[in-house]
Amino acid sequence: MNMLKLAVLAAAVAVGLAQAAEAATFRYSTQNDILGLDPHANNHGVTNAMKANFYEPLVQRLPDGTLAPALATEWQLLNPTTWRFRLRANVRFHGGEPFSADDVVFSFDRVRQQTSDMSYTVSAIERITKVDDLTIDIVTRGPNPVLLQDLTLFFVMNKAWTERNNAVPVVRTAGATNFPNLNVNGTGPFRLQERVIDTRTVLVPNPQWWGRANHNITQAVFQPIANPATRLAALLSGEMDLIYPIPQQNIQQASQAANVRVVQGPTARTIYLGFDVFRDDLVDQPGTRNPFKDVRVRQAVYHAIDIETIRRVTMRGSSQPTGLFIAPAIGGFQADMNDRLPFNAERARQLLTEAGYPNGFTITFHCPNNRYINDEAICTAIVPMLARVGIQARLVAQAMTQHINQIQGPGFNTSFYLLGWTPGNFDISNPLRELLTVDEGGGAFNIGRYRSARLEALRPMIVNETDQARRTALIREALTIFRNDLPLIPLHQEPQVFGLRGTVENFDMHVQEDIRLFQVRMR
Amino acid sequence: MIAFVVRRLLQSLVVMLAVAFIAFSLFNFVGDPILNMMGQDATQAQRDAMRELLGLNDSFVRQFVRFVGNVLRGDFGVSYRLGLPVANLIVERLPATLELSFCAAVLALSIGVPLGVYTGLHRHGAMSRFFLVISLIGVSLPTFLIGILLILFFAVVLGWLPSFGRGEVVRIGWWSTGFLTRDGWRALILPSVTLCLFQLTLIMRLVRAEMMEVLRTDYIKFARARGLTNRAVNFGHALKNTLIPVITITGLQIGAIVAFAIVTETVFQWPGMGFLFIQAIQVVDIPIMSTYLVLIAFIFVVINLVVDLLYYAVDPRLRIGRGAGH
Repeated sequence: MNMLKLAVLAAAVAVGLAQAAEAATFRYSTQNDILGLDPHANNHGVTNAMKANFYEPLVQRLPDGTLAPALATEWQLLNPTTWRFRLRANVRFHGGEPFSADDVVFSFDRVRQQTSDMSYTVSAIERITKVDDLTIDIVTRGPNPVLLQDLTLFFVMNKAWTERNNAVPVVRTAGATNFPNLNVNGTGPFRLQERVIDTRTVLVPNPQWWGRANHNITQAVFQPIANPATRLAALLSGEMDLIYPIPQQNIQQASQAANVRVVQGPTARTIYLGFDVFRDDLVDQPGTRNPFKDVRVRQAVYHAIDIETIRRVTMRGSSQPTGLFIAPAIGGFQADMNDRLPFNAERARQLLTEAGYPNGFTITFHCPNNRYINDEAICTAIVPMLARVGIQARLVAQAMTQHINQIQGPGFNTSFYLLGWTPGNFDISNPLRELLTVDEGGGAFNIGRYRSARLEALRPMIVNETDQARRTALIREALTIFRNDLPLIPLHQEPQVFGLRGTVENFDMHVQEDIRLFQVRMR
Repeated sequence: MIAFVVRRLLQSLVVMLAVAFIAFSLFNFVGDPILNMMGQDATQAQRDAMRELLGLNDSFVRQFVRFVGNVLRGDFGVSYRLGLPVANLIVERLPATLELSFCAAVLALSIGVPLGVYTGLHRHGAMSRFFLVISLIGVSLPTFLIGILLILFFAVVLGWLPSFGRGEVVRIGWWSTGFLTRDGWRALILPSVTLCLFQLTLIMRLVRAEMMEVLRTDYIKFARARGLTNRAVNFGHALKNTLIPVITITGLQIGAIVAFAIVTETVFQWPGMGFLFIQAIQVVDIPIMSTYLVLIAFIFVVINLVVDLLYYAVDPRLRIGRGAGH
């Protein structure tokens, strides 16, 4: 009998010890699983954040948006297009291979492949040459003030490991092996322990990491939960330490729950309305003049929108109304130019009358219903706001895949639509190229095919100007043109809402919505 | 008998081909896979190259013929989302769906049939009325709501059961099973109950109606007149004669359980085929969608075949009628 008691006691102690050892397991969940582990294949928010736990860039972006050394320790400009980077010494990959300049040159060649979605991170770079084992020169295609920003998502792989596993081509579909999509060998603060697609990804700290670990977790378990209600339940029941995102309508419920707190802040994604400013006729009504070619009509739509109501009611007070197409976290943001045209239905009607539409007009309004936070609800709120000034908008809300199919080129089958944008490199040069110009292969998402000769001239100047004061002057000129022409009407920056349990002591929100494990502290 | 089975299997090929054709003709309406595959920063040249690589510029007929040709060679394509062979992904997910469906079917039958018999025999009993009222919930509440309510009560409020996932699984060859761990069983409970509720109600009400019908017939009265025990009359004669329609419906419902596990799997983040399919729809992952639909068609055909064979076992008239029996 005593032996039995002793055995039970021993078992209890063992369980207790096991729990103590597991105390720093950090469990977190987002809506979607990562698309794969290959650092050069996919360009996708959750996936990029996961890659950053395993792989490292030359220069990293800290949670507040500032830049800091990572695999490069220092850099200097040798001439307007040549940068010399000093690489960190004594860094090893998870497999034990030493990190050197060869790996950077190799990774540059790998990420440049056409099948790589991450090739945009090096598109401004002409070549990378090895000077010695720990020094490289990066030659850009022209003077480039945003090279360091671009480099923050250029992850370095090990040359020998990749070649040994026949993984030099970035494979997206059929054919060769997808080895790096399922296996990891980086220099980053975490190693991969286990990955079961759509179920869980388990990470453990890399004991040989060069940096000083800021976290105290011994294991991190990432488990995607697609259904928002189930995800919230997993947080409330204590199965999760952190979930993202929490739907707006559940913020209050979550923050009132015991031992749970809600952390929120703005993201760098701007939601905006866009117009067809190119064609003479409305897409859905051939033979009817396209009213949006007249800037007064675009101003009228702007004046008709009651952004405060959208913020307060539709977004539950958590969005950040904006007058620019870039967020404060984006390079080039000008705080004094961020004011909106005021909500003024009277002025809107007046402008419509001046433009020759005293009785308004009828249009189709295209909107996604599963991509952005409350996207369809925003559109539903805008329809009566437009009706108040005489514009009858017929709302077509559909899934993002269909929405984008509808509005995207080459068809651009829309006259009026809603979309959102986060600049990939966190600089104004990205949306200038993708949203607001058309020359030189730009404008993939310039749905309305807006073209201003001056803006086309300004874009390469902004891209190549390295003097900050002169660059800011150019940017301000571009933003003034935008504010006068209004090819888009910015609405707001989306919020990011995290749910945390009391087990999490410290978690730094990242403007990119990333969950960066190396800054998580558990109680 | 063998000729019958072979004929049915040949017919199933036609069914699968038809399903694949209809599915492919619908894929044109689900959106553009390229946008989901490529990040927002990809260049137009990259998008065009990927479209060409995937053969999306070809006509619908060419894409369909290529798909069928590849399937005949055993190649189901590569998932656009995950970059892995579809066959591997489906095989990996199949055990999760089949185990869940199996548990749900066993629950539905083992509770539904006895309750049906009971409520059929004791038509006006208080317990019967109670079961019938409760069973209304099973048919009237949508599956996802039942799932969420169960999660809220058993996972959040009581904290007894996990709210999502499959728990710890054990791999036996390529098959992963949740039956061998306590964690796996705990994870099975809520999804199985959610999935079985509708079928349980259906079977219970069907058995009850059939029982009441059969109990009115002359041979039951005759059996009672012969002084047979209640047990022999109710189960040996009455229940056995209700089974033909019950087997038909149950067979179809098992197919439905497998196919419509989609909703339950989505609510519980259950890593099965249905969940894989839902995610494929969201990102227009055509190889997964087409393979899943063809596979589900095949499962339905097989289940119907098994149902037909069961008729022979249950109904002696069929055996005599076809001269195939003793």
